[in-house]
Amino acid sequence: MPTPRHAAPTLSPRDQHELLKEARRVLAPPQRRLFLRGGMTLGGLALLGGCSITNSDEAEHLLMKISRWNDSVQGWLFDPTRLAPTYPASMITRPFPFNAYYSEDEAPEVDGDSYRLGVGGLVQRKEPWTLAQLGALPQQEQITRHICVEGWSAIGRWGGVPFADFLRRIGADTTARYVGFKCADKYYTSIDMPTALHPQTLLVLQYDGQTLPRSYGFPMKLRMPTKLGYKNPKHIVELYVTNDYPGGYWEDQGYNWFGGS
Amino acid sequence: MSTAAATAEPVLASPPRRPVTVQPAWVRLTHWLNVLGVLVLMTSGWRIYNASPIFDFKFPKDLTLGGWLGGALLWHFAAMWLLAANGLVYLALNLLTGRLRRRFFPLRPREVLGDFVAALRGRLAHDDLAHYNAVQKLAYLGAVALLVVVVLSGLAVWKSVQLPLLRELMGGFDNARVVHFLAMAGIAFFVLVHVVMVALVPRSLLLMIRGR
Repeated sequence: MPTPRHAAPTLSPRDQHELLKEARRVLAPPQRRLFLRGGMTLGGLALLGGCSITNSDEAEHLLMKISRWNDSVQGWLFDPTRLAPTYPASMITRPFPFNAYYSEDEAPEVDGDSYRLGVGGLVQRKEPWTLAQLGALPQQEQITRHICVEGWSAIGRWGGVPFADFLRRIGADTTARYVGFKCADKYYTSIDMPTALHPQTLLVLQYDGQTLPRSYGFPMKLRMPTKLGYKNPKHIVELYVTNDYPGGYWEDQGYNWFGGS
Repeated sequence: MSTAAATAEPVLASPPRRPVTVQPAWVRLTHWLNVLGVLVLMTSGWRIYNASPIFDFKFPKDLTLGGWLGGALLWHFAAMWLLAANGLVYLALNLLTGRLRRRFFPLRPREVLGDFVAALRGRLAHDDLAHYNAVQKLAYLGAVALLVVVVLSGLAVWKSVQLPLLRELMGGFDNARVVHFLAMAGIAFFVLVHVVMVALVPRSLLLMIRGR
């Protein structure tokens, strides 16, 4: 690659045109293309410089490998006893924003009476849980900051079962590496065991003193103030403990898997 | 024949125009690696900013890197290692070799002001690129300081729970984003002026490539 200068692209207009044409050709199949999605931009073209644009798959592969390496670094940096800051009720963001990969009226409708939380993988007790059973467990509350990967943040109040207690109750192998989640909205994600056992990680049944509403993840979500929003699954229907990397909806597309602070 | 010139420069001690390395290889290498790191981090950072703008504007998409938020984040969190590692090497070598003290100090406000006024009048001489003028000293030290702030505020945004001291120093998570943005803006301004100055004194570009 030529040494980049401070200035933006030094390509001639004809070269730019050719590269864009090539980029469109590469993009023609509509399947997912990580950092090419939404169109390769001129800034990106300038940076790829002398490299052939068709090498972008290799660049993507390399960036994903670095991201996985970043996961290890972050796991190493994570102090399981370090608590996220908590706030007074007066600082709660009202209304608390709705956020998902679909619009609010598309949020799944789950029937609470017939709902069962499936439990699987490396656990001793795999019986499903009703909402009443979960509600009967000791509950905890927190007012913490939800931070979105986009950069905005909002303070909310969540209540539910400390996840570490729940994992012990189902006899989970807490030496396993991951806990995976499957959701009613086809969303899926997974987290590292140290975060699962963190004292502020809650299996949330309530928002602001009320039953968790549909838009915030009824019947339950996992709340982790040490993780970005996309790591906090809503409408959970099944969770499992595993040593096989389960990935996630956004993570498989390029968001960092650890995704936490 | 001027006697003053003869006394100042003994004939034997000055061979004719011996090329002197003004910028050692490690300065040039860290400079260009820093250019690469800043370029990737800034353009991907603009894309990340666009996902949730702090102010009432967005960066033109064509100037950004990554294609979408996830792609921009991948670039950003890869290039941060380059910027940080390269910056640490640059700072360490500057301290260990004494270059920092030699080339940047003393730095006197009166000289900065004098050189600044002279520069505005177009009367600042550049015949000796081996020495920084006072404005250069301040500008380069300022760029280093801004890079330190951008790294620290970036750490506070990235690891707001694990680094409570840094988070509070930046005024909380939301404010750390603002600090990160402002430091970026300061670096962008420096780059702009820096590139204009290089265009005005092209020999300085050769100096940063060849070292002399």
